[in-house]
Amino acid sequence: MEPIVVAGAGQTEFRADRVEDTFADLVYEAAQAALADAGLSIADIDNVVTASNDFWDGRTISSMAIGDAAGAAFGDGKPVSTVEGDGLFAAVYGMSRILSGAYRTTLVVAHSKGSEGRSELITNAFFDPITERPIGLDAVSAGGLQARAFLDRWKPGADDCARVVVKNRGFGARNPKAHRREPVTADEALRSALVAEPLREADVCPVSDGAAAVVLAREDFARGRCPRPVRVRGVGFCADAPMTQRPLWESAALREAGRAAYRRAGVIEPSREIDAAEVSEQFSFQELLWRQELSLAVPERVNRSGGCLSAHAWIAAGLARLVEASLLLRGEGPNPIEARTALAHGQYGLCGQSHCVWVLGR
Amino acid sequence: MSPPPPETLARESRIQVPYAWSAGATLTRFLKGLRDSGRIEATRCPACAKAYVPPRRTCGICFADCAEWLAVGPQGTLLSFTQAAYDSPAHPRPRPCFGLIRLDGADTALLHLLGDFQPGELEAGRRVEAVFAEARSGSVLDIRHFRPVRP
Repeated sequence: MEPIVVAGAGQTEFRADRVEDTFADLVYEAAQAALADAGLSIADIDNVVTASNDFWDGRTISSMAIGDAAGAAFGDGKPVSTVEGDGLFAAVYGMSRILSGAYRTTLVVAHSKGSEGRSELITNAFFDPITERPIGLDAVSAGGLQARAFLDRWKPGADDCARVVVKNRGFGARNPKAHRREPVTADEALRSALVAEPLREADVCPVSDGAAAVVLAREDFARGRCPRPVRVRGVGFCADAPMTQRPLWESAALREAGRAAYRRAGVIEPSREIDAAEVSEQFSFQELLWRQELSLAVPERVNRSGGCLSAHAWIAAGLARLVEASLLLRGEGPNPIEARTALAHGQYGLCGQSHCVWVLGR
Repeated sequence: MSPPPPETLARESRIQVPYAWSAGATLTRFLKGLRDSGRIEATRCPACAKAYVPPRRTCGICFADCAEWLAVGPQGTLLSFTQAAYDSPAHPRPRPCFGLIRLDGADTALLHLLGDFQPGELEAGRRVEAVFAEARSGSVLDIRHFRPVRP
């Protein structure tokens, strides 16, 4: 089977309020950036997969509102479909379409503008409307429940979570695309205001506006055309039970997604073989949990982009991890590191219900 | 000094669509139990014996019908808790405390509010009990909240 490559990667700057750009403008910007990075034009793209969510966009069939911006109307029109979920799952769909043999290239784009709605209401709508929504939980308070379950179970050191904050915000401070670009000290993190105990302000990712995009291609198509492709070595994904039906201090779904991706990539000892990882931590403790489930041993090799604590646009966050992991393999990005093998992780659903893991190589 | 950024207009609105989500037969029995008799009922999977509350008609893990009913609670064990230190229009009361509670006899956790507790009284493993609302309407909020069990 012909290998698949990430032929190009692009993203917008992530900010609290991209007031001068509509969400379609963000999609266009990320798509053009990925095409330029791949050395391709929209005419080279055989099909398009977008990731969006109607609640964040505030309209139904929001996928059709961004089709043009993702190049789907170009020429005679391109086969386009949409994933409602994190953009890294959309990339799996895009890769599958190439693996089907019907296409050589897929453009994958994911976006959201959290600034245009109310995140506490939109994420309250993640819950069952009859039995759960009236209680008033949202993604952040659910994160508080998971945080306590995690801390009670594993009893990490008092400042282990703060260390994640300091590391990621330190990396993020050098990332011109990041939403939060000020480094923080452990003391500042530990003294930031309580949001949903034990979570403090510094432990919680921002709600950003932004978009991310990749061009996936058959390796034989990319050869000679695309200047800096990285090879997809293995992908895995898995969904877990709802947050009320599983222990929140572990993630069987992430273990399974990681196991599948590692097996397909031929990775036997992830703690030694994964040189750089970009994981989707919506909260500082989640990076500890995801690292544990993915057997990632060296904190400084994780989230060198600044991670989600530095920039987090819902839906786009996982695809942005794939962008950053690709850059690291190319020796680029805000905090380069020597890497032959890199990992990108995305999640969707409350308290990390479903997970997607990509292993990439040079 | 740099000039002020150009004005960008926005249309402010809200999506107003009334919904009436049918509870279906299974959740209707559960909600009527709360409303009419202050009973909390679960369903059990015949294959794995897991007791679900709120009750589910099917067990996703076994892909089987959960036909058996059983009463659970009203006491249970607090698995985790948090307090929202911010305002949200979704909150049923200001600065709500949320709990993840495993009711006695159930295998899944119930998300609900916590109340009537002293500072420092909450911890994982704490025994809690349901406090029912006086006026009940067939809603999950017919349980007003859970409070610590005191001797």
